[in-house]
Amino acid sequence: MPKKTVPIIFIFLTFFYLGLFLLLPLAAIFAEAFRKGFEVYVNSFKDEYAWSAIKLTLLTAGIAVPLNVVFGVAAAWCITKFEFRGKNVLITLIDLPFAISPIVAGLIFVLIFGQQTAFGAWLLSHNIKIIFAVPGLVLATIFVTFPFVVRELIPLMQEQGKTEEEAAVSLGAGGWDIFWRVTLPNIKWGLLYGVILCNARAMGEFGAVSVVSGHIRGETNTIPLYIQTVYDGYSAGSSAFAMATLLASLALVTLVVKSIIEWKVKHRER
Amino acid sequence: MSVEVRNITKRFDNFLALDNINLTVPNGDLVALLGPSGSGKTTLLRIIAGLESFESVDGADILFKGASVVGNRVADRRVGFVFQHYALFRHHTVYGNIAFGLKVRRGRDRISRKAIRERVMNLIHLVQLDGLESRYPDQLSGGQRQRVALARALAIEPRFLLLDEPFGALDARVRQNLRRWLRRMHDEIKLTSIFVTHDQEEALELADRVVVMNKGRVEQEGTPSEVFHSPKNAFVMDFLGNVNLFHGRIESGRVSFDRSEVVADGNKQTRFFVRPHEIELLPENIDNTGLPAKISRIQLAGAIAKIELVDSSNKEIFVEMSHDKYSMYKFQNGDSVFVVPKNSIVFPEDYSI
Repeated sequence: MPKKTVPIIFIFLTFFYLGLFLLLPLAAIFAEAFRKGFEVYVNSFKDEYAWSAIKLTLLTAGIAVPLNVVFGVAAAWCITKFEFRGKNVLITLIDLPFAISPIVAGLIFVLIFGQQTAFGAWLLSHNIKIIFAVPGLVLATIFVTFPFVVRELIPLMQEQGKTEEEAAVSLGAGGWDIFWRVTLPNIKWGLLYGVILCNARAMGEFGAVSVVSGHIRGETNTIPLYIQTVYDGYSAGSSAFAMATLLASLALVTLVVKSIIEWKVKHRER
Repeated sequence: MSVEVRNITKRFDNFLALDNINLTVPNGDLVALLGPSGSGKTTLLRIIAGLESFESVDGADILFKGASVVGNRVADRRVGFVFQHYALFRHHTVYGNIAFGLKVRRGRDRISRKAIRERVMNLIHLVQLDGLESRYPDQLSGGQRQRVALARALAIEPRFLLLDEPFGALDARVRQNLRRWLRRMHDEIKLTSIFVTHDQEEALELADRVVVMNKGRVEQEGTPSEVFHSPKNAFVMDFLGNVNLFHGRIESGRVSFDRSEVVADGNKQTRFFVRPHEIELLPENIDNTGLPAKISRIQLAGAIAKIELVDSSNKEIFVEMSHDKYSMYKFQNGDSVFVVPKNSIVFPEDYSI
């Protein structure tokens, strides 16, 4: 057998596999969305409930992602730059959301804030709604997505060490200056990557959000939940697919930005 | 006295990094902390800078110009620290790196942009990096980065300059040049400086005073000539250059070799240390004082001739002599000769090389 055959077989297999399981479904979504024409596709977004789902998704991600960025940077900073007791416990805890099934994550919040608990009853009596309301969606989203930023930053900051920070200290800089002038510029690409992944997951999260949402149309339906509702209702199949193209596009944009960042990091761009 | 270190002990878990160090650095001097890796020299430097803590025992103190700085934060100590791998800010230009310590000043100490620019450009000129101010660290050579690190440390007008292995990451030629340049600059600005090195040649050539460290202790402190010519113990002698160890006895001021390693008369038996350039090689055994040995290798490249020999018990002996002397005898590989020490030092304590 000539030497070149083996690589060709492997390359073919890889592309075949990718095409079958990734590109084909993606193409199918777009094809289905546009099946009844462009006008129907556009009209799918004019639906009142569709629009509110988009807004809710943006709101949820808009709260969850910044909070996770602040937490992620703070946690990665203290884990990599300082020595303290309980560091390993903290690192393990950060991974918890990855290890727990999203459904269970959602149930945790229902168990904490649900009406059957004393806390939930107290909240209800004060007219504070968490479960089956926007706060619950945000909480569940934060929980599911919080490892993304930290996980991205820890290896990066560990590799960079702390000598640049020490140099800054020896030059008289305080914590604030050190963070903004030294640490942040060094981690900005990694941070951006973490934010993008975190955002993609925050917008696409289904499981945990589904449990706490209650699927109230126009109120607690995010895009993924809306897609499911519409699809299950058999009302207008193409409408569900039209919304699905939004999420798929988000994934594509994420991939492109990720590639750009990786390229930039590789070429040591500033 | 400029920098004083008193009773400093440092432990990393169970490892004793510094064992009750006392040290005084005279004003305006360039001092080398010399020692093998693990001797605690870098730890000591970092403790002086305030980057590392130490055991707070009675009398433990760090003083700058007579005043204790133990309670001071690193930022308030105003020491210029040059890190081993420079630790330049990779996202700042040469200018940004050097200006950093001035830009982060707050309150009363704040200085104007114009004043910053003036000082930074002066420093860039001082370290001979004119025209490179908008380069980033990864666009510079090792020697250039080194000088940026130095200029950055000098920008804050430090009271002292501390350098951790300043030439460690450079190739031999650049190292030589930078070494001389640093010495000239020190003579010019007269800033009390302490540098850490494991390279004895660097310490002896560059420093006004050398502090030889080993296993967390100061073995000897003195001028380069003092530590080289009158080492206090075997470690210092061995660390400051090649050395040959012989067994023998001293009889009425003269050294004679023990041909057998086992000597019955224990109290007269001794070990003595001889530097390679203080050994004479003779083709014949005059006065019966020489140790017979065989030449195993001759290395003639360089300023001196280096000859390796083995004695009857297969121990290696290193000898250095001028080319003039070498050409007088015309030794050849495999020649049998006699080794005669011209000058040797005897240390009482037990030490194995």
